[in-house]
Amino acid sequence: MLNELAAFADEYGELLLEGTGATVVMLIVPTLVSYVIGLALGVVLYLTAPGSLRPHPKLNAVLGWVVNICRSFPFIVLMISIIPFTRIVIGTSSGILGTVPPLVLSTSPFIARMVEQSLAEVPRESVEAVEACGASTPRVVFSALLPEAMPSLVRGVAVTLIAVLGYTAIAGAVGAGGLGDIAIRYGYYRYQTEVMIAAIVILVVIVQVIQSVCDIVARKVDHRTQG
Amino acid sequence: MIQIKHLFKTYGEVDSGAHALEDVSIDIADGDIVGIIGMSGAGKSTLVRCINLLERPTSGQIVVDGQDVVGLSGAALRAYRRRVAMIFQSFGLLSQKTVLANVCFPYLAATGKVTAENRARALELLDLVGLKEKAASYPSQLSGGQQQRVAIARALACEPEYILCDEATSALDPASTNTILKLLRDINRETGVTVIVITHSMGVVEKICRNVVVLDHGRVVEQGSVADVFADPRSDAAKVLLERVDWDA
Repeated sequence: MLNELAAFADEYGELLLEGTGATVVMLIVPTLVSYVIGLALGVVLYLTAPGSLRPHPKLNAVLGWVVNICRSFPFIVLMISIIPFTRIVIGTSSGILGTVPPLVLSTSPFIARMVEQSLAEVPRESVEAVEACGASTPRVVFSALLPEAMPSLVRGVAVTLIAVLGYTAIAGAVGAGGLGDIAIRYGYYRYQTEVMIAAIVILVVIVQVIQSVCDIVARKVDHRTQG
Repeated sequence: MIQIKHLFKTYGEVDSGAHALEDVSIDIADGDIVGIIGMSGAGKSTLVRCINLLERPTSGQIVVDGQDVVGLSGAALRAYRRRVAMIFQSFGLLSQKTVLANVCFPYLAATGKVTAENRARALELLDLVGLKEKAASYPSQLSGGQQQRVAIARALACEPEYILCDEATSALDPASTNTILKLLRDINRETGVTVIVITHSMGVVEKICRNVVVLDHGRVVEQGSVADVFADPRSDAAKVLLERVDWDA
């Protein structure tokens, strides 16, 4: 058994390691970019909603439509349909870099909705009390809303990363590499089930790590419960 | 002094919508403790939220020391809001900030930073409300009454001329209610700050207010000194609030 494992590691270790690296890059880079866009979008969606701090029904409706339209595309359809755009922006539509535009385009609106929801959970009276202290809208956002929503935002990071991990498998299959690509190529096309299982195990571990780390951080930054 | 003149607040369409406030006119003298009392839905919260412009009146004037504040915006509005600090029914503290950071928030809002001087002043205010030793705690570690005292310290950090209390004791037990009311009365005596108390409890009015305004369905139905209104309530709303009606009738 041990010998078999060692032989397996010898033959496929490098492949799986490379795949893991590619997956992690595809996970981290587009998510970081998406958070810059998604946080801004989410804050604007929250602020411009009816009855919020800066109600602006038209802007809110237009942004809402844009977000909903981006979120309507199944990721694989979005990725294929924007290939010409990706070529213009990145110079290529394949490889890890080629996955960045479609991943950002589908992740940013997702994050925007998560952020909007996290902000909406902040009690109304806390926000009004801060306004009543004479805080400007940027001050309310940066010194009150975002810090108050932090535990929820951190939990949102876990949900987002795990969703993006799912997208990277799809992106991988279209030529970007990564664990999803390995699982499909070896498991589906070559009937090498053990390679597919190894890739799945690594994916499961990545999901568990993301969720556990985010849970710990969320608890650490949350002062709402005693002790 | 605050002069509220012919204030209307209408939700929805102006001609078809519901009037939350209808032709409300009240004068509030400096240094007074005035109660604004009414049943749920009488418009008293709307009125107090119009005073610090958390809500914009549909028409009418709110004249503070000779200046109509209804049209204020931007920096002028923010400066005005610090002159009329507010405390809320469920306290409105920031749960992720320490008690001290909460009390320091008005300084942050006003200047963008909190100086050592500000922190020292905030600690004085916490001492005034009897919670200096809780400075490093978080609001969730405090009782409701203590949280409201922190909210009062935060309001005082605005260096206000008026304090608006929107059902500030409605979520508290009788002992905490008394502590808060005494605190407000003492602050009024010592600093001369005007206190405007929104409540549906005549007990609260009786304990600390000198004057009282009775609101019913968005209209002022009675106003005068607490002694007069309590001795001879004329409006139906005041009679019900004073429990001078046969409840079983």
